[in-house]
Amino acid sequence: MSDIATPGTTADEHGHDLGDLELPNGRPAPAPLPHEPRRADVDPKAARRAERQVSTMFIVASLLVLAFLAAYIGIDKNVVIALPVIGTMSASNLALGLTLGLALFLIGAGAIHWAKKLMPDIEVVQERHILESSPTDREEAISVFQAGATESGFGSRKIIRRSLITSLVLLPLPLVIILRDMWVTPSDSPSPNELLSETIWTEGERIVTDGSYRPIRPEDIPVGGLVNVVPASLEKVEEAEGTLNARAKAASILVRMTPAEIRSQQGGSAEEPWDVQGILAFSKICTHVGCPISLYQQRTHQLLCPCHQSTFDLADSAKVVFGPAARRMPQLPITVDSEGYLVARSDFQEHVGPSFWEQGAS
Amino acid sequence: MNSMAARRRHPATLVVMLLLGLLATGAIYAAVDSGTSAQAADQKWSETQVETGKKLFAEGCSSCHGLGGQGSSIAPTLIGAGSAAVDFQVSTGRMPLAAPGSQAPVKGVIYSQAEIDAMAAWVASLAPGPAVPSDAMLDTSKADLAMGGELFRTNCAQCHSFAGKGGALSDGTAAPTLMNATPRQIYTAMVTGPASMPVFSNATLTIEDKQSIIKWISSLQANDNPGGLSLSRLGPVTEGLFVWVIGLGALIIVAIWIGVKAK
Repeated sequence: MSDIATPGTTADEHGHDLGDLELPNGRPAPAPLPHEPRRADVDPKAARRAERQVSTMFIVASLLVLAFLAAYIGIDKNVVIALPVIGTMSASNLALGLTLGLALFLIGAGAIHWAKKLMPDIEVVQERHILESSPTDREEAISVFQAGATESGFGSRKIIRRSLITSLVLLPLPLVIILRDMWVTPSDSPSPNELLSETIWTEGERIVTDGSYRPIRPEDIPVGGLVNVVPASLEKVEEAEGTLNARAKAASILVRMTPAEIRSQQGGSAEEPWDVQGILAFSKICTHVGCPISLYQQRTHQLLCPCHQSTFDLADSAKVVFGPAARRMPQLPITVDSEGYLVARSDFQEHVGPSFWEQGAS
Repeated sequence: MNSMAARRRHPATLVVMLLLGLLATGAIYAAVDSGTSAQAADQKWSETQVETGKKLFAEGCSSCHGLGGQGSSIAPTLIGAGSAAVDFQVSTGRMPLAAPGSQAPVKGVIYSQAEIDAMAAWVASLAPGPAVPSDAMLDTSKADLAMGGELFRTNCAQCHSFAGKGGALSDGTAAPTLMNATPRQIYTAMVTGPASMPVFSNATLTIEDKQSIIKWISSLQANDNPGGLSLSRLGPVTEGLFVWVIGLGALIIVAIWIGVKAK
């Protein structure tokens, strides 16, 4: 216990000398609160009651562990029970969770109850030592270090010292070169800008339904309709590349509104419109951070992104009307081919997906 | 048993069994085929149904939609809306509308199915439009559940959530939960596009595709939920709230109990 007590100072009722403690700023430490004995300290009945409570918790915990084993073996995992508020759930999950969880809780609670009610609750002053080593230890360490420095010749052998420092200075260079290649590409491979500017939509590429890959005629889409679409060649490209990169860039949606409702489009002329009788095609990849969006609200013609609530007005060039997106959704120019199916006029004329550093750089 | 076993080994058994099997396959095919081939045509409504529907419409709907169903400044025209739209809006309790708002709320259904059919018949008689499905069109016994899941995730999950529990849209509108939707309501919603929902026509999402989606939604509805409290399956928002309020709250209470001096 406290070994810094000085004679003639106060002691508590347990005989522990608390001493005249001093705070680091030189002021005397506040006097400890008077110790109040607990009921279990003065009343043997209360102590026995606390003992019973603690042991009961431990016994119930043991029983719950056994119940866990019984439930694990005995309850069929397919049995489902209905509970108020919670609804239906697996009886096995419920029994296993309750028994093991309560057992763990009761062991912990019992230990704490034991400590609080029965273990000694006297105030104890814990002494803290100075972290600094003794002056002898410090002198010893310094002399060992200096002896090492002299014996190794680090101070006197200049050629070794300088060559070591040179190699350590050069060591971070590979890291710099590797990081540099993230944005400076060799001339023979496409730059990130080129990779992200192109999708597999090309002139005459059939527009097909996503999932079922069926070509679409204009009359298949009613006013107010929405179709999630991909290029017809996507299946083959995905098979050849073995990745979903092409899908991530080319996924699109078709919506149809009455031509009078379209206030503006991103391009096209009277002879070569970008829409087909009110059918408009847009990228499905949000220009904010690239969530796929098809939450088209047909009454307002707004496209809503579920991730950050960016909202685009598809009747007005897909302009951003709300949310964090900085660019409109790119429009895909479409027309019909000789067989009457919807096809792309060209690739997207703007970058699909989220903006990036080199966007617009050549 | 022994006599059965003896007969089973008779040389003619194979031929008889083959014939029986072929007959059964043919009969089942004929029954199913006749059902699905009539899918495009609207149900045949009787004259009395149209007449009854006209009267019911005049009483319950015409104040907003007009006596001829032509619509008004506060309600859309029903000419060309089709029987499917009437069936969906009235059988889910969305119509008749209690008060105008951003979206018609689901409430108690006040018409019987026969009355709904009659009104659907009258609206269908105004102009051709999306028709209510026949029972054969809603038969999902042959539907592809896995394909239904893929189509659901591509076309429906964005608004109605992956679990079909619905989700928020903009301007006070929301995609409703699908947990109480009947196959007929799922079908009629897809072909008519009620409120903010776009139309998914039978050309781009075929009857078979729709059957697959209905089968998938039915499997979501029948999900036993082994984990217990699903917290509406809304994802991190409700789960986070639950952990921060209930979980952290319980930890704080225990910490206080540990720290308080015993009496």
